[in-house]
Amino acid sequence: MSGAKPMKDPLDLLDLPSTLTDEEREIQATVAKFLSDRVRPHIGEWFENAHFAREIAPELGKLGVLGMHLEGYGCSGTNAVSYGLACLELEAADSGFRSFVSVQGSLSMFSIWKWGSEEQKQEWLPRLAAGEAIGCFGLTEPDFGSNPSGMRTRAVRDGADWILNGSKMWITNGGIADVATVWAQTEDGIRGFLVPRGTPGFTTQDIKQKMSLRASITSELYFDNVRLPDSARLPLAQGLRGPLSCLNEARFGILFGAVGAARDCIQAAIEYADSRVQFDKPISAFQLTQKKLADMSVSVGNAALLAVHLGRLKDQHRIRPEQISVGKLNNVREAIAIARECRTILGANGISLEYSPLRHANNLESVLTYEGTSEMHTLVVGQAITGQAAFR
Amino acid sequence: MNIVVLVKQVPDSGAERTLSRADHTLDREDADLVLDEINERAAEEALSLKDTADAHVTVVSMGPESALEAVRKVLAMGADRGIHVCDDRLRGADVLTTAKVLAAAVRRVADVDLVLAGDATTDGQASAVPAVVADLLALPQVTHVRKLDVGAGRVRAERRTENGEATLDAPLPALVSVTEKINEPRYPSFKGIMAAKKKPVDTVDLDDLFPDADDAGFLVTRTRVVEAVARPARSAGTRITDDGSAGRQVAAYLIAHKLL
Amino acid sequence: MPDVLVLVDHDGHHVNKSTYELLAAARRLGDPAALVVGTPGTAARLGESLARHGATGVLAAESAEAAEFLLTPAVDALELAVRETAASAVLVSATTDGREVAARLAARLDAGLLIDAVDLDASGVVTQIVFGGSYTVRSQVTHGIPVITVRPGSFEPAEHPGTAVERTLTLPAVDPAASARVTDRRAAPAGDRPGLTEAAVVVSGGRGVAGAEGFEVVEELADAMGGAVGASRAAVDAGYYPHQFQVGQTGASVSPRLYVALGISGAIQHLAGMQTSKTIVAVNKDPEAPILDLADYAVVGDLFAVAPQLTREVAARRAVG
Repeated sequence: MSGAKPMKDPLDLLDLPSTLTDEEREIQATVAKFLSDRVRPHIGEWFENAHFAREIAPELGKLGVLGMHLEGYGCSGTNAVSYGLACLELEAADSGFRSFVSVQGSLSMFSIWKWGSEEQKQEWLPRLAAGEAIGCFGLTEPDFGSNPSGMRTRAVRDGADWILNGSKMWITNGGIADVATVWAQTEDGIRGFLVPRGTPGFTTQDIKQKMSLRASITSELYFDNVRLPDSARLPLAQGLRGPLSCLNEARFGILFGAVGAARDCIQAAIEYADSRVQFDKPISAFQLTQKKLADMSVSVGNAALLAVHLGRLKDQHRIRPEQISVGKLNNVREAIAIARECRTILGANGISLEYSPLRHANNLESVLTYEGTSEMHTLVVGQAITGQAAFR
Repeated sequence: MNIVVLVKQVPDSGAERTLSRADHTLDREDADLVLDEINERAAEEALSLKDTADAHVTVVSMGPESALEAVRKVLAMGADRGIHVCDDRLRGADVLTTAKVLAAAVRRVADVDLVLAGDATTDGQASAVPAVVADLLALPQVTHVRKLDVGAGRVRAERRTENGEATLDAPLPALVSVTEKINEPRYPSFKGIMAAKKKPVDTVDLDDLFPDADDAGFLVTRTRVVEAVARPARSAGTRITDDGSAGRQVAAYLIAHKLL
Repeated sequence: MPDVLVLVDHDGHHVNKSTYELLAAARRLGDPAALVVGTPGTAARLGESLARHGATGVLAAESAEAAEFLLTPAVDALELAVRETAASAVLVSATTDGREVAARLAARLDAGLLIDAVDLDASGVVTQIVFGGSYTVRSQVTHGIPVITVRPGSFEPAEHPGTAVERTLTLPAVDPAASARVTDRRAAPAGDRPGLTEAAVVVSGGRGVAGAEGFEVVEELADAMGGAVGASRAAVDAGYYPHQFQVGQTGASVSPRLYVALGISGAIQHLAGMQTSKTIVAVNKDPEAPILDLADYAVVGDLFAVAPQLTREVAARRAVG
């Protein structure tokens, strides 16, 4: 069957776009076009130089990407599937940009939108939605990752104020954030606080020498006797439910994003395999290459269907946390395997930054671990199907 | 101010083009269709006027059902309403019929001050359509414009062609066609995409536009393709790899072929 | 023989070469009548050279405001001329101005418009090359008289010594509410080089030229060959060379005797504007560049090595010859 047109997008295999609404497709296409104009031409260089392109933030804000699935306060108010598709395209460009958008929209903005006072929403959400201000989210600590309930960061009452002490680790956007949502132990459980940049005692240190997510900023946050008024406290959040609700939002974006990274790798591999000639024919015509491409296309198709299914459940407000765990566990695991397999199709060229698969593979190392490690999501699913918690 | 933008949906540039065997018209079935790139800049020019002045922007497109997507895209960018001229009888319409239909669609908008169009589309050679629309509407033709000022009831524009540049001045109402250099079009925002669904689009056919005309009046075909032959791809000629003497070898080739 | 109207392209003092090509084409259809639209006295200045190139009649449509308004006087004059002379066909150069004039005229006459002809025969069937050179189409008019735009460079100008009968047409006054006024004109800064659409040789640079300074290499070769300089859209977009020199779908269409492409990959947009060139020479570092597959002579190599060497060879030959 030679001479047939090759299918450049593996998601066309199952005709996924036909299950989307016009509006969802247009939003996805708009994000894809923006990224191909503004991000893709530079992303290799940004990754190489560990540069986060801050100037892209207001442009994403203008499109309506930041906090896009939230209502009001300058947010777009799209459905969840549209948000997922935007994350898919963002991660197809680079996980660093998807991470920036996830943290801005699903962690920083969502924490304020869901748990904040009206004054806090008015003050921060419109600027965060426009990309004029940047937000970050401090939950993980150097010694407490999968076990946030043990966190050491502590806020104690001092008259009408609070005094915050402790540190947070692996915080995306930390070094450039205008406002940090910080979770801390208090007398009556875990509480959230909004800490603006420049508050005395609040400092940050960017984490250098990363081999992953190089086009986004990852930082450590330090709080040394930071005095905050009670109006800085997120009034509606109490207990771990506060931060965990935000993480579920972000994980939802990730399970779409991973599909994008995988798709981009497969597209790069197909294109390369079409043009790379060995033994007088393109390597795409060899059975071993075809097996790789076919298996990966099946896998990415499954991941995409899973993502859209979970998106529909979310839009019907009946998605459960373990379902999100199924999505994140499967889609990131498959994406990283696909990225590595695609690198093998690219041969030695695959280690060059000119091609995306190894960059995606390296990025996905972070994605596999953050927002709940694959191990934790496995245990969430295990608990859901056995009724037995096996976390500790 | 009432602004009308004329837009067209075209096969994505870069896609291969074929002529249908039946009637030698452009075969649009295989290609991805998109809002023409230069038309998008015409829309941007209208919307940037709307950003700074009180303006109502109507987008007009002639084409099959799928052309509605091009209309929606401009509505998502910020236009207020759409007119989609959709009629099977217009398939393969020539420059003159296209211009007559577009002029009739513009006439449906009351008190038009400015008609904006792209100065070419990337799918054909019909760069003269805007000039003809201007002629039919008795509007000043302000075409191939790379810089535009609208104010105080007039347009001032820089026209650029292979002959050089000209500064044009005309009273409103006027028709302006823009070049691909005039601006960088905005992306539709998500809010715009969602709002576009609620904006009015009139879908009209030839009977709506020309209630009194008989088809024969303007649907007459004025030209006929006698023959269409796919050109053999230019066959590759001599190919050499520069070994330090390629310049001299080219010169020898040109001399041998009496080109020097 | 019926009159075939030819719209004269001129700068007030000289007739452009493309008009002589139109006269050559028009002779296949009938007796060429050259229509001069301009300020008073223009036709008298141009009449002799028009007659020498085959015009059997010169129609003078002159008025003080003819040059003040954009294209409308030419459309008005052609319309009037067709009605008064019962012309059998109208030929206009397929330049930006010419295409617009021809289309407006055809609309007013409800006549058939044939765009961008590269050839025509005595029966009025024209040959067009469409879709970036991928199809050759032969078409004819079935309604009204043919209004034909002819791609510059498609016909050889020929001298046919003779005299032309001069006639005067009275131009109607231009309605300022329906016409754009030209308040300033600036010619393309072409220097001594021939115009892009008129040149027998075009040397173009693309993204591979890698900067505005790099275009010196392109210009030097063009000057040595007496040719025009062109640029691909990629080079123009990158700011290496001004827009008016862009060759391609959204720039000028050229079909010179020789087209030299330096550092141009050959995107379909570009091919659309130059594929009808008689001979194509391409130099590109990338052996995969599509333009190498359609060039008559393709060099895989660095344009900064090949072009200067070619320039020296050409200059040496010119010096000897």
